[in-house]
Amino acid sequence: MSMPFYVSPEQIIKDKADYARKGIARGRSVIVQQFDQGILFVAENPSRALHKISEIYDRIGFAAVGKYNEFENLRVAGVRLADMRGYSYDRRDVSGRSLANAYAQTLGTIFTETPKPYEVEIVVAEVGAVADDDQLYRLTFDGSVADEQGYVAMGGSAETISQSLSTQWHEGMTLMECLRLAVDLLGRFGGEGERVLGANELEVAVLDRTRPRRTFSRIARPRLAELLA
Amino acid sequence: MSFEFRALPAAFLAPRSASFADFLASTAPASLPQRTSAGDQPLHAAHGTTIVALRGDFGAVMAGDRRATMGNVIAQRDIEKVFAADDHSMIGIAGTAGIAVELVRLFQVELEHYEKIEGVPLSLDGKANRLASLLRGNLGLAMQGLSVVPLFAGYDIDRGRGRIYSYDVTGGRYEEHDFYAVGSGAFFARGSLKKLYRADASVDLAVTTALEALYDAADDDSATAGPDMARRIFPIVGVATTDGVRLLDESEVESRVAPLIAARMTRPNGPFAGMPEGGSSS
Repeated sequence: MSMPFYVSPEQIIKDKADYARKGIARGRSVIVQQFDQGILFVAENPSRALHKISEIYDRIGFAAVGKYNEFENLRVAGVRLADMRGYSYDRRDVSGRSLANAYAQTLGTIFTETPKPYEVEIVVAEVGAVADDDQLYRLTFDGSVADEQGYVAMGGSAETISQSLSTQWHEGMTLMECLRLAVDLLGRFGGEGERVLGANELEVAVLDRTRPRRTFSRIARPRLAELLA
Repeated sequence: MSFEFRALPAAFLAPRSASFADFLASTAPASLPQRTSAGDQPLHAAHGTTIVALRGDFGAVMAGDRRATMGNVIAQRDIEKVFAADDHSMIGIAGTAGIAVELVRLFQVELEHYEKIEGVPLSLDGKANRLASLLRGNLGLAMQGLSVVPLFAGYDIDRGRGRIYSYDVTGGRYEEHDFYAVGSGAFFARGSLKKLYRADASVDLAVTTALEALYDAADDDSATAGPDMARRIFPIVGVATTDGVRLLDESEVESRVAPLIAARMTRPNGPFAGMPEGGSSS
């Protein structure tokens, strides 16, 4: 009779976490920053069709790194949840906080109950009427939620980028300042050696608090090329 | 249904079509406006009345009066029956107001939902077809007398022009050539549009034509309201062009309605359609 090996719960969790971290570290980075008029998302993403940044609802945006099919699944679920909520109650009743909670519960359940955890890290950002009301939630593969202030970096080079952001980002920066900073940091730390990223390697979008109703808008590549020139 | 602090139900994570209405039908069918039965007693419910739309190279114009009636009573003086469906299309509604307003809300979410899930908006024909299938779900209630008849118009980005779609209660979808009207005053509005419509009209002229047609509808149909100068209640007017949909604000509509009423003081039947001397057949 063969005896199954005993593996301690600590070891199982650790193995799963290592597995998820490795998967996430392989991906290109995403930076989410607050600027004076809203929230800016910048991702290194050469694909035109497979987005890392998306609109969830009027004031809520979504950014993710890791395995595409997994975060796409979460994104679609988030859009469904938000639209369902807004349709059942009112558009104002859809909040980033409740969406972040739903994601946290979902990721936590998947992490503990399935053999393979999701290899994703996501940010749920909600733009407020004023900068003080802006919210940035960072969610990791095990369902942990962190309420971030000002900026978040995710992906392979998240740590070095976060360190630079902590000294270079400050409140009240303009869109252009934030965009230049993000593109510079992604180019410097996001890959092998220093690179200069062009519009074709970037995906950029904003939640603009000055827009009525749907605040999310993408900065299309031709326009982005003009801005970066 | 409460969503707070719960993991997303499996249905939210399951692969499915990009239709919000289909998602709602499978996860929360009671939320759909059409899944209720009115019983077999005739119901007294508010009815919305006349909507007109016309198209041109610039795009499309849609206008609706502000009256809702319940039998011989005016149920509401300032109901809104013309809405932006999304960035480039508009929907106007006639018929049972409660169901119609809910249908519009569902349709708006349906279009936005598709756009968010798929990353691109539906084509104008796609939007028109979705509206037809939502409407088909209301057939049961329509048979009980609670019908909704929408009018859909928008700017077709692919074709570079405005287009108009009309519907019947069974969800039949028909594209109209130049102009159309729905609701109780539709016959009078259509008669007016037939004489006043010009294919080469500017946006300004098209808006005025729509307002004239609504005035003519109100002139002969008791369920359609004319401009209410005393209360400053004016028709809702929407314009869809390549730049998107814009609903005119109240002062803009007022500035167009005022000269129209002034002209009707001398010619109560409205502008002369301009038949040549000696008849048109000569």
